[in-house]
Amino acid sequence: MTTKTNLPVDQQAVEAFSQKNGEPGWLSSLRLDALAKADDLPLPKPDKTKITKWNFTQFAKHTVDSDIYSSLEDMPESIKSLIDVETQQNLYVQRNNTPAFLTLSEELKEQGVIFMDLLTAAKEYPELVEKYFMTEAVKVDEHKLTALHAALVNGGAFLYVPKNVEIAEPIQAVYVHDDTDATLFNHVLVVADDNSSVTYVESYLATDAVQESVVNIVSEVIAKQNARVVYGAVDNLSAGTTTYVNRRGTAGRDSRIEWALGMMNDGNTISENITKLIGDNSYGDTKMVVVGRGNQKQNFTTNITHWGKNSEGYILKHGVMKDAASSIFNGIGKIEYGATKANAEQESRVLMLSEKARGDANPILLIDEDDVTAGHAASVGRVDPMQLYYLMSRGISQHEAERLVIHGFLAPVVTKLPIEGVKRLLSEVIERKVQ
Amino acid sequence: MASTLVIKDLHVEIEGKEILKGVNLELDSGKIHVIMGPNGTGKSTLASAIMGHPKFEVTKGEVLLNGENVLEMEVDERALAGLFLAMQYPSEITGVTNADFLRSAINARREEGQEISLMKFIKELDKNMDFLEMDQNMAQRYLNEGFSGGEKKRNEILQMMMIKPEFGILDEIDSGLDIDALKVVSKGINQMRSEDFGCLIITHYQRLLNYIEPDFVHVMMQGRIVKSGGFELARRLETEGYDWIKQELGIEDETVGQEA
Ligand SMILES: Nc1ncnc2c1ncn2[C@@H]1O[C@H](COP(=O)(O)OP(=O)(O)OP(=O)(O)O)[C@@H](O)[C@H]1O
Ligand SMILES: [Mg+2]
Repeated sequence: MTTKTNLPVDQQAVEAFSQKNGEPGWLSSLRLDALAKADDLPLPKPDKTKITKWNFTQFAKHTVDSDIYSSLEDMPESIKSLIDVETQQNLYVQRNNTPAFLTLSEELKEQGVIFMDLLTAAKEYPELVEKYFMTEAVKVDEHKLTALHAALVNGGAFLYVPKNVEIAEPIQAVYVHDDTDATLFNHVLVVADDNSSVTYVESYLATDAVQESVVNIVSEVIAKQNARVVYGAVDNLSAGTTTYVNRRGTAGRDSRIEWALGMMNDGNTISENITKLIGDNSYGDTKMVVVGRGNQKQNFTTNITHWGKNSEGYILKHGVMKDAASSIFNGIGKIEYGATKANAEQESRVLMLSEKARGDANPILLIDEDDVTAGHAASVGRVDPMQLYYLMSRGISQHEAERLVIHGFLAPVVTKLPIEGVKRLLSEVIERKVQ
Repeated sequence: MASTLVIKDLHVEIEGKEILKGVNLELDSGKIHVIMGPNGTGKSTLASAIMGHPKFEVTKGEVLLNGENVLEMEVDERALAGLFLAMQYPSEITGVTNADFLRSAINARREEGQEISLMKFIKELDKNMDFLEMDQNMAQRYLNEGFSGGEKKRNEILQMMMIKPEFGILDEIDSGLDIDALKVVSKGINQMRSEDFGCLIITHYQRLLNYIEPDFVHVMMQGRIVKSGGFELARRLETEGYDWIKQELGIEDETVGQEA
């Protein structure tokens, strides 16, 4: 039976895609089940941004084929510059929907670390992937975009760190969007087993070739007991791309999840970042920077929800808005009943560089437990004229003084990114965007 | 090269209120001038107006640096022309390290392509920080952020030593300093002292002048310079206070907004 949908991909196409990939049965049925739901489920409702007219579902092609990179030398400079070429031994590069390059050090392989593209992982490690793929952090049927994502997932990476394995050097992924027909349903699944530790850093990179397109990203981080995951990301998708990006983590007892997110897309973007502090003594930290320009509309919802006793959650967001860009920053600290001695702190700061720009910081604390501490600070303002005066009184031009203040404003997050190349990328993108 | 900074009949308003009511003062390189005066008499206003603080409006008068009217210049142009103001309350700037800031300030004085090399810059910075007995990690800290009162003052002097202006205006550089810091800051100022450097020091305390011997001392009241003299004037103020000047000039309330 084939039901008619309003989606550009029907049941047959999904079945065929799954078959072509040689996917295990559970994944095919998960896809079909999700597809059936996607039609009826409503869009998500990001607070204060109306997205009913945004295009998340209409696109030309579900997948495209791209050439792979046979070596690091084969990659364009824009990718190479992101990679600390001499030292980086753990790297996945994806070009549109094609796994284009992969390397993982022998040492990590021997320790049982798994790092590869998601769809291959689903075949090679079906139990592991099935156990965590959209089961804990993000559920298939939350809304239309999660369901669509599950049905159409066509790229992404799987990273598994076994018990007691602590990885010092960062694991890196680069997702290149250089074909305007490519639609990314990218899924990253990071599982850090008990007492393990890992740093994963990704960059989404678009070239000028990309006009209108749709990107739907879901990242899931599962930090089991006493695990530590540092997750860095720089999103830099094109002006014509409408992006839904959902990055979630669940932290078990004594675990830590730290996010450092550079949200540099030029197109309309809905970003949802949620950390669920489930275990006692768990710790969540979200640092995010945003630069909005042109006419783009964006919504950044960051949420840390506490179930664990003694859990700590910190949100720090800094946004710079120029031109006629408009961004909503929703920060939610939620403490459930029973999460005694939890601490929820958040800070949102928005710097406005033009009259037409709009920035809204909405700090929200939802607390169902008495024995907790919580706090928030939010501000929307302009570059402080006293700071400019001070810098200029040393001979620095107004333009350079503004540049320093803006970079300084974003520095607390930029400096947190654990890979030099990615940090440099973020600085350069910021530089370019705020000019 | 000898330079001059001439302030002529300077009138300054803030938010419609006249604060300076005709200040006249001539500074020459090689000389140190001191301005003293009770609180709220317009000393910081004078310093700010010379540097171009955005809130202060000059309604009359001139400030000539080597004959050029700096009042027509932007703040950064005044700095490049040779003025430096150590502020009473320096701004804090998150995310900008002291070192990056100083390098920008130095490079602003150089042509594109002629920027100071990192090696040379660091050497110069290390040397001056050592001289001012500043902890080396202050270079990598964000500009003035979380600096103690005394550290901020030292940092102002560090900037002056790195930038090497023609004229330094130091607004209460000695306030809030312990005795050791006072010595260090004075050492910095004395180090700058030369035929090519002129200085205007605003202070409430003669104790600074025990370390830096001034050539001229001026007293400000009601937004004007009401008395000028040599070092002996500062000594007399220290022992006798300002009352005798007020009596001499028939001033009842010395703050601005009052007329003599
Ligand atoms: N930003 C401002 N807004 C309003 N009034 C101001 C402002 N700055 C200065 N004033 C006023 O101008 C007058 C002179 O202030 P100024 O700071 O120049 O005094 P000062 O001589 O430096 O005093 P102190 O010794 O306390 O530093 C004061 O009455 C002060 O309140
Ligand atoms: Mg003052």
